[in-house]
Amino acid sequence: METPEQIKSRLEAALPSAKIEIIANECPAGERSLLVDAPSAFAAAQFLRDDEQLRLDYCSNVTGVDWPDKELTEKVKVKQVVEGVEKEVEEVKKTVRPGFLEVVYHLYSMARKHGPVVLRCRTENRTDRTQLPSLTPLWRGAEFQEREVFDLYGVVFTGHPDLRRILMWDEFEGFPMRRDYVAPDDFEYEPTPHDEVLAEAKKHYPAEAKAEAKPEVKA
Amino acid sequence: MIEEGLKNELQKQGVYVTSLQELYNWGRANSVWPLTFGLACCAIEMMAASMARFDLARFGAEVFRPSPRQADLMIVAGTVTKKMAPLVVRLYNQMPEPKYVIAMGACAISGGPFKQGYNVLKGVDRYLPVDVAIPGCPPRPEALLHAIMTLQEKILNQKLTGPDRPRHLNADVAGEFPVPAYGKHDLEPPNNPEVWQPPAIQR
Ligand code: SF4
Repeated sequence: METPEQIKSRLEAALPSAKIEIIANECPAGERSLLVDAPSAFAAAQFLRDDEQLRLDYCSNVTGVDWPDKELTEKVKVKQVVEGVEKEVEEVKKTVRPGFLEVVYHLYSMARKHGPVVLRCRTENRTDRTQLPSLTPLWRGAEFQEREVFDLYGVVFTGHPDLRRILMWDEFEGFPMRRDYVAPDDFEYEPTPHDEVLAEAKKHYPAEAKAEAKPEVKA
Repeated sequence: MIEEGLKNELQKQGVYVTSLQELYNWGRANSVWPLTFGLACCAIEMMAASMARFDLARFGAEVFRPSPRQADLMIVAGTVTKKMAPLVVRLYNQMPEPKYVIAMGACAISGGPFKQGYNVLKGVDRYLPVDVAIPGCPPRPEALLHAIMTLQEKILNQKLTGPDRPRHLNADVAGEFPVPAYGKHDLEPPNNPEVWQPPAIQR
């Protein structure tokens, strides 16, 4: 199969207006993916599906990812005049990368027996501009998975034939897979709490947590 | 009520004496028909229990009914999500009396591995009167057989008259269980206090 670079250059030739980026992957598999801007995502996906060499006719997987606001620290060398002498001083620059929601499509070709090509799209932010084009008209199998991403992350897929909640009930409010989702506090007694549950238990039973910290020595 | 000794003596002479209560309970205990109904992985064990190797038919409980109107027993086999819980209660309401509930597996008892999640009911006993609970994740088919036997014992010991007679023979006890509604984050109400009275934790 073609490398991401080859696909990218052919995509750019076919769609001059598209902004395409290759996203590196640090994990051992090193699977790189194509990030396509939302306005041209549908056309790019159509190209990937219909192109004679790629023929990515099967969308195996749709995933949602939540990226909250992130503080990035960067070390920058700045020239400063200290006591009349010009010096290079390192400064730590902090920038906040605004959060966004991401949808990842894994595409395979049944006809050509290759894949996957990983396609990513990002929303503008996490609050009000969460629209992305739906790829269900291209791959029918994406319908339920896009509904799931809508249900749990709140990505609004424009052009989806039937965008409703699929796992949670219709009256439900909020998007439970987002990192800042706060579930209702309905903690109940746990005989052997650990990790997050232990933290919850300490919040609810502070006296017990203290007693646990000093276990009695039995003869 | 006939004396046990006299009854045995008569039986030796070829006369079988019994009471209506015994006959009624004996019949019911040996034809507990469960509802065809599985919610998660535990249902696989339930299916295994009903197949040839474990053979639930030995206990008269192999006739899984496709309609709640024909079922006596609800085996809550699996994770009860908050989305599914109202439907489970509604199905139970549709079953004719006398009816029983087996909570099969950690999920049905307490929410199991998903207890701290946002979408799983922390035990079906919040809304339904559970007769037998089977621990395990999942419980083996033998455990389900044991639960059926425990239930049979319970049925055989039920009195048809008196203050502790079962619900269906007591006109004063409500037979309907309120179906919870979907709320913004949880079910409303989160439990039915008539059914669910958890013990106070001593500390
Ligand atoms: S108790 Fe275990 S096996 Fe049974 S439904 Fe829950 S997770 Fe599955």
